[in-house]
Amino acid sequence: MALLNVLIYPDERLKQISQPVKEFSEDIKKFVRDLEETFRSFPGCVGIAAPQVGRFERIVLVDISYKPQHVNHGFLVLINPEITSSEGASLGREGCLSVPDYTGKVERAKSITLEACNENGEEHQFRMSGYEARAVQHEIDHLDGKLFLDRLVSRRNALSKRIELST
Amino acid sequence: MENWLMLTLVGKDRPGIVAEITHALFDLQGNLGEASMTRLGGNFTIMLMVYVPEKKTVVEEKLRPVCDKLKLFFHLDEIEAGLHQHIEPDVRISIHGADQAGIVARATDALNKAGLNILNLESDVGGNTDSPVYVMHIEGVAGKGLEAVDQALQKLARENDVVARMTPIDTMVG
Repeated sequence: MALLNVLIYPDERLKQISQPVKEFSEDIKKFVRDLEETFRSFPGCVGIAAPQVGRFERIVLVDISYKPQHVNHGFLVLINPEITSSEGASLGREGCLSVPDYTGKVERAKSITLEACNENGEEHQFRMSGYEARAVQHEIDHLDGKLFLDRLVSRRNALSKRIELST
Repeated sequence: MENWLMLTLVGKDRPGIVAEITHALFDLQGNLGEASMTRLGGNFTIMLMVYVPEKKTVVEEKLRPVCDKLKLFFHLDEIEAGLHQHIEPDVRISIHGADQAGIVARATDALNKAGLNILNLESDVGGNTDSPVYVMHIEGVAGKGLEAVDQALQKLARENDVVARMTPIDTMVG
C-alpha cells in the first residue's frame, strides 16, 4: 500500500482524458488499493478518480457510507463507468481534493443509472440519486478531464433559479 | 499576514469600470485577491483586496484621477487579511415576503441569537412599486446547530408573515 500524490489544479494533467481499463490485472488491483488508501487519508472526502493521482485510466472510487443520512451503496470501485441514463437536475455545493480551499455550486443530474466493472472485471449496474449520484458524476468528470470548476453556477445565477434543490 | 488594502468603490454604473480600475492597479504592480462586485440600486459597487508594493498614500494618489474620471467614490483601508481562509457554510437560508420595515434587523437578530455566523448575505427588493417583495438569501455556519436556526426561522415566519426556510449545505468533496 502506498499513498499517492494528488495533482493540484492548475496542473494541466487534470485536463487529460483517461483511457478505459482493458485488463483487470494484479497491477490494477494493487493500484485500486493504493488509490483507496490515498482517498481515505483525506477526512471528509467521498471520492477520488485515478487521474487525480496521475494515472489516466477510467477508475473511480466513491464511498459516502460515513454520511448515513444519504442513501448509498457503500464503498464503490467503479472501473470503466458509464452513465446510461440520468434524470432531473439538482444544485449542490462541491469541492475537490485537486482544488483546495474553494467550493462552489454545481448542477448535476438528480438520479443516474450507471454501469461499471469492479476490480475483478465483473459488471454491475447501479441506480442512485442525490448525494451519491453527485459524487459519481463529479468523479466521472475527472475521467473526461473536467473539474467542478468547469460547471460552476455563480451565486447570483443560482438565486434566479426557480427551485434550488439540495442533495 | 501580508500587507493588503481593501478598496471600496461606489458610483453610477457604466460598462468598463472594472477593467479600468484593475488596469490602474496592475500598473501599480498590484496583486488582486478576493473581490465582490454587484449593482445595488443601479449603482456600481465593488470591494476588492489588493496587495500593492507602494504605500497606501501612493496608491490613493494614483487611483484618485482614475476614480474622478469615472465619478466613483473611493475608499482605501489597510486591512489584516490573507487568502486561503475560506469558511464552509453549513446552511442556506431564504426569507421572502411583502417588503416591510425592519425585516432585515429582525431576521438577522433572530439568526444571531440562534448561533448563526453569516458568511454571505444577499438582500433584494423585487415585485413592483405598489407591492414590493423582499427576498433575502443567507449562507452561514450554524454555531448552535441547525435545529436552533430552524426554530428561529419558524418563529420569524410566524411573527412577521414571511416565508423563512433553511436548507442544510452538505458540501461534496471528491
